[in-house]
Amino acid sequence: MGAYNTISFKPEHCNGCNACMTACATAKTGSADIANSRIQIVADGDAFELAMCRQCGDPKCVSNCPAAALDKDAGNGVIDWDGSKCVNCLLCTVGCAYGGIVYNAAAGHVVKCDTCDGDPACVKACERGALKYLTTAHIYNEVGDLEDLFVPGLAGCQGCNTELIMRHAMRRIGPDTVLATPPGCIPGMGSVGYNGLTGTKVPVFHPLLTNTASMLTGIKRHYKRQGREVNAVALAGDGGASDVGFQSLSGAAERGEQILFICVDNEGYMNTGMQRSSCTPFGAWTSTTPVGERGAGKTQDAKNLPVIMMMHNCEYVATASTAFMEDLYDKLDKAIAASKRGFAYLHIYSPCTTGWRFPSQENIEVARKAVEANFVLLWEFNPRDGLQLTRDVDQPLSIADYLKALGKYRHLSEDQVAHIQATVEKNVSFIKGLAEGRHPAMAQAMSGRA
Amino acid sequence: METQYLIVGASHAALSALQAIRMQDGEGSITMVTRDDALPYSPTVLPYVVSGRSAPERVALKDGAWFEQNKVGFIRGAAVTALDAAAKRAKLSSGEEIAYGKLLLATGAAPILPPVPGLKDVRFHVLRSLDDAVKLKQALPNTKQAVVLGAGLVGMHAAENLAKAGAAVTVVEMQPRVLAGYFDAEASAIIEAAFAAKGVKLMLGAKVSRCETAGQGARVTTDTGATLDADLLLVAAGVAPVVDYLTGSGVAIDRGVLVDDTMRASVEGIWAAGDVAQAKGFYDEAKTLNGILPSAVEQGRIAGMAMAGDPAVKPWPGGVPLNTYTFFGQQAVSVGSQDQGEVVRKEVDAKRYLKIVMQDNRLTGIFGINVPFDPGVMWEIILRRIDLAPVREAFIADPLKTARTIMSRTWR
Ligand SMILES: Cc1cc2nc3c(=O)[nH]c(=O)nc-3n(C[C@H](O)[C@H](O)[C@H](O)COP(=O)(O)OP(=O)(O)OC[C@H]3O[C@@H](n4cnc5c(N)ncnc54)[C@H](O)[C@@H]3O)c2cc1C
Repeated sequence: MGAYNTISFKPEHCNGCNACMTACATAKTGSADIANSRIQIVADGDAFELAMCRQCGDPKCVSNCPAAALDKDAGNGVIDWDGSKCVNCLLCTVGCAYGGIVYNAAAGHVVKCDTCDGDPACVKACERGALKYLTTAHIYNEVGDLEDLFVPGLAGCQGCNTELIMRHAMRRIGPDTVLATPPGCIPGMGSVGYNGLTGTKVPVFHPLLTNTASMLTGIKRHYKRQGREVNAVALAGDGGASDVGFQSLSGAAERGEQILFICVDNEGYMNTGMQRSSCTPFGAWTSTTPVGERGAGKTQDAKNLPVIMMMHNCEYVATASTAFMEDLYDKLDKAIAASKRGFAYLHIYSPCTTGWRFPSQENIEVARKAVEANFVLLWEFNPRDGLQLTRDVDQPLSIADYLKALGKYRHLSEDQVAHIQATVEKNVSFIKGLAEGRHPAMAQAMSGRA
Repeated sequence: METQYLIVGASHAALSALQAIRMQDGEGSITMVTRDDALPYSPTVLPYVVSGRSAPERVALKDGAWFEQNKVGFIRGAAVTALDAAAKRAKLSSGEEIAYGKLLLATGAAPILPPVPGLKDVRFHVLRSLDDAVKLKQALPNTKQAVVLGAGLVGMHAAENLAKAGAAVTVVEMQPRVLAGYFDAEASAIIEAAFAAKGVKLMLGAKVSRCETAGQGARVTTDTGATLDADLLLVAAGVAPVVDYLTGSGVAIDRGVLVDDTMRASVEGIWAAGDVAQAKGFYDEAKTLNGILPSAVEQGRIAGMAMAGDPAVKPWPGGVPLNTYTFFGQQAVSVGSQDQGEVVRKEVDAKRYLKIVMQDNRLTGIFGINVPFDPGVMWEIILRRIDLAPVREAFIADPLKTARTIMSRTWR
């Protein structure tokens, strides 16, 4: 059994316009009478609730059917109703605790959502994004069977996102890889190994913070000379990429080395005791930007490393977040492909439960909020098409909402919040400007290598 | 032969258990045995086989490929005739013996014959197996006068189909109304009126005192002295769990196999589920027979999970009487108990009926005819004993919508 695409509903985005129901009724019956809609939005004051088929994994409507008229399609996960077998006994409606299969008087039999063959009319009609058709299932189906290239039991902090990033990335990149993990959380949690054994199933080495990209350069060139196609990959932290490792990184990017450099950005040196890095945002508490009588967190803004990497005119540069795996996977695929031609740089934002101080179960939520508040922006760049936003957030969450979720910002004054707000707005306008090609800098980047 | 899991029966409880076992244990050997010759089917579909709506070859719930895919040995046409629970061995009518690790009894129920003098000596039909249905269907074209004993679900379904096939039908029922297990007098009256309108004669509160052969058919005499001539007699006077093969096995039986909250029988290594099992009720702890398809599915799932050691197994919450019943294109739905608490809404006219029963602001029963609501959602609201105090008025006014709101908020 694989994973399936599904329709999702976010009640907070619904305004009860009923367009989904009209669209469904029209698509399924030709009449716009919402009584015939397979999706039912229920208004409760100004809140909205949903009754529709969940296409359950272990569907009780199917188990309850005495006539073999219902069946879950193993291919697309949809529960199909066969009118030629249905006997109208309604026992399926007893099995369903979601109001997802109901007797329809006009039709004279039960009706249910069939997801319109993977192109649901209700979703298309929803202008507010309350309904979405989630197609992330293919990731699971495609990647689920690929080999995990790390050993089990890496010792990350509870709720750490980085392990997820490492395992997912390496599954996709594959076994023909030499992996560099410069000092940071990634080797720290055990990927370089213990007692003479590596923590990976691929060759892995532990360069200095300073020389990751140079060492990979040598390795890649060596194998090329031997005629072997090997991926040269770095899984580095933001400290190792943006601070002391930047010289070699910038050099390799400038030379167009065929390397895939993945920077896992948790906004500081988290495994050595949570010191600031140049990617640590303004106002954030770290052990070297303390909060006390005089200190109130970091006093400088974060360096926008991905933008700087873009300005190297790399073959591919992108930012990604684990809250948006479909987007992350898409970029990972492009980065892998680009690294066969030149330098590919992928910057993945990775909230740190320990260093940012939030409950360990909220990692993905924090990652999502960062994107939805425009605190981080998801985009990609290649020299031919320039920069493109891959997730344009029109109605961002308030920055205050995002900051409130994190202990490292608990001390912020109103002024500091205002500063962060202004920085975010500036950044959004800057990146959007790049996306629209308004900046001379972008025009230059887009003109290709001189 | 030897098997890790032996499942006796191949209907809802059995199949549901099988699926639950396979969710947890992908490899353990499973053998399913049924006395029926056919692929698994549901007794509930049989009235539609009789009417011709369902072709007998299209009612199989699973086919050979499915058994193969799930690595299940499927033996049909062989009944379990005896059980040695100490040695963990079951004996089949084919003479074969099966040694098992864990055993599920899902042998369902079979029609009972009321103690009517002469009944055993006349030709009559019952409706529980596909064979029964095919025989009944074959008898239809030659049936002018049909008599049905019993106005439960089986009898009523059959009566409707006999009438549709053109027979003059009389239903004889001891209770003063039809479907007494699921509906009150007023609701039953709506159903009775629909049958009367189609020419079906209902003799309610009547007892059959004698049966005798008359020509090709039978003559039925009631305690009031009325006589009915039938060229087709259908006995639908209830069912009893199939437990004959358990005699001497040591498995504790009252009316059915007594089970605990995870469907375990009194003997180690044996579980029972569905119509054969006697498990606790929802409204009181006394163990009762449940006799309905949704309960068979649920109990089968619990038994299968327990047998396979699935840590997610949740105890049986207790049987809630419920059913859906369609008759002559109308829909009747009954969820819960008629008499736990007070009636908070009752609306009756010739074609529509709605009754809501609550106790301490908790739903205990809801009953409707041609009034839409989601039975599965209501069942869940009853099982969760959801406090409806904050939405009481809204629930009473619009149960469909309010229940959906509760669902969407509570267990979406
Ligand atoms: C005509 C009719 C209409 C019905 N309508 C409804 C309805 O509308 N709603 C509702 O909820 N319920 C209805 N029911 C009841 C419902 O069908 C049963 O509750 C349900 O089938 C119980 O499932 P089960 O698996 O427990 O047993 P069953 O379905 O009875 O299956 C028992 C299985 O055990 C096998 N078996 C029996 N003895 C042996 C043995 N010794 N050895 C090997 N195998 C054996 C049988 O072959 C069969 O496969 C109806 C029943 C009938 C007959």
